[in-house]
Amino acid sequence: MKDILHPRAATDDHPLTKIALSAIAIGFLILFLFMPLLSVFSEALAQGWRMAWDALREPDAVAAIKLTLLVAAIAVPANMVFGLAAAWCIAKFDFRGKHFLITLIDIPFSVSPVVAGLVFVLIFGLQGWMGQWLRDNDIKIVFALPGIVLATIFVTFPFVARELIPLMVDQGRDEEEAAVSLGASGWSTFFRVTLPNIKWALLYGVLLCNARAMGEFGAVSVVSGHIRGLTNTMPLHVEVLYNDYQYVGAFAVASLLALLALVTLTLKSLLEWRFAGELAASGRH
Amino acid sequence: MPGFGFTMAFTLFYLSAIVLIPLAALVIRPWELGWSGFWAEIGQPRVLAALRLSFGASAVAALINSVFGFIVAWVLVRYRFPGKKLVDALVDLPFALPTAVAGIALSALYAGNGWIGGPLEKAGIKIAYTPYGVMVALVFIGMPFVVRTLQPVLADLHLDSEEASATLGATRFQTFRHVILPMLAPTLLTGTAMAFARAVGEYGSVIFIAGNLPMVSEITPLLIIIKLQEYDYAGAAAIGVVMLAISFVFLLGLNALQAWASSRR
Repeated sequence: MKDILHPRAATDDHPLTKIALSAIAIGFLILFLFMPLLSVFSEALAQGWRMAWDALREPDAVAAIKLTLLVAAIAVPANMVFGLAAAWCIAKFDFRGKHFLITLIDIPFSVSPVVAGLVFVLIFGLQGWMGQWLRDNDIKIVFALPGIVLATIFVTFPFVARELIPLMVDQGRDEEEAAVSLGASGWSTFFRVTLPNIKWALLYGVLLCNARAMGEFGAVSVVSGHIRGLTNTMPLHVEVLYNDYQYVGAFAVASLLALLALVTLTLKSLLEWRFAGELAASGRH
Repeated sequence: MPGFGFTMAFTLFYLSAIVLIPLAALVIRPWELGWSGFWAEIGQPRVLAALRLSFGASAVAALINSVFGFIVAWVLVRYRFPGKKLVDALVDLPFALPTAVAGIALSALYAGNGWIGGPLEKAGIKIAYTPYGVMVALVFIGMPFVVRTLQPVLADLHLDSEEASATLGATRFQTFRHVILPMLAPTLLTGTAMAFARAVGEYGSVIFIAGNLPMVSEITPLLIIIKLQEYDYAGAAAIGVVMLAISFVFLLGLNALQAWASSRR
């Protein structure tokens, strides 16, 4: 009787298949997503809120948090300006080698983070190309802030550009051409016409760029030198504490980073649900 | 329209300064060892073992992800259940969670006293601090690549061909095997290849759970860091160049795959 009232469509899976596949999918996600996430917070609070809170107020932890914020505050705007410039010249003009340029911009995504750190050590390290000269002039790049910033910029390089390029190519150039023909300057065309059209995609790219900049580990680990309280970012501080068997401290700092990831995911999903049409259709990660 | 000269000049300058020149410096460096010195560096048993582990574990992890990632994508696109949007948003967690955090979380979970590692160890299975631990970490970071690549294509799939197949008398499994799977194969392959490429270079999520035993559970990126700590810049650069060459081959292959996938749609 039930089958006659609610016939199953030919493209529907058998109810038992549905249950089995759903169980496998949810089980897999619990094992590889929810449990790791849960364990970060559970380990941090293993000895109570007090211990976790104290681990965050410890001077080395505070220094690591400040350094992470500083690095992101330099790297993210730098890549934002680059993303805007690259998307402008690629979307609004025709030139030869455009596809090649887009491929070059994507390179940092396919390079191992450790290799990203390595390239800067080979240039600025003690035995690098400029090592002797830097030492003679008493300039520190590797094992200091500039190296950490450079490595972070490298690994987060394409985030803003790859959000903006497909969107701005899709939007075309009619509106800008109209503004210019009516006498608007380049800058006012950009701020009054282009920017309002791309603001959500720009925010989306900046959000992902920032999450990676604050969380980057491999590349920064190579160039930082792990000097406590000086060149340790938050992820590096997590590593130092963990290797010191200070698990509560390591997981307390880690849960701050996990919270950052959750906030990023929430904002990202909100942008996708609310402004799907104004974000680039392609390249969702 | 104004601004071409300025934006193009800035784009090329920034791209060269941050990406192209540094990578060129890497590619030039190992040749101070000479051709034979370069191969001697790569041919060391410890380096070969690390390369074997990195590629082997990445391949196994990508394979696991291709199966389970497919099921996750299928369930998320085709079925309706409460909390689906939340689950869908959380699939991106491995992209957003810093790798070091993922690394210590996974090793706490799979260690002998962990929630998962404890029961497994009683059953005689050791995951953490073995090559299996490396695979677990690589499954974690590769999973969203397969799911996110498949999802939009799966959602766009027309149901006509499935209906046609059903009216011609095919069972649901036959329809899946002979109609759905061939249509999705290029996309599935693309997502799997992306997960594999990411896994080969991965560092942060692996080193905590791997145990890092030379010749057994030591991944290639870690070996680069060890060489650097010994001030063996040329040796580190030699391994770096091999990894870079492999990622370029993969980038080219992926572009070809994506072109094929979109031509099949």
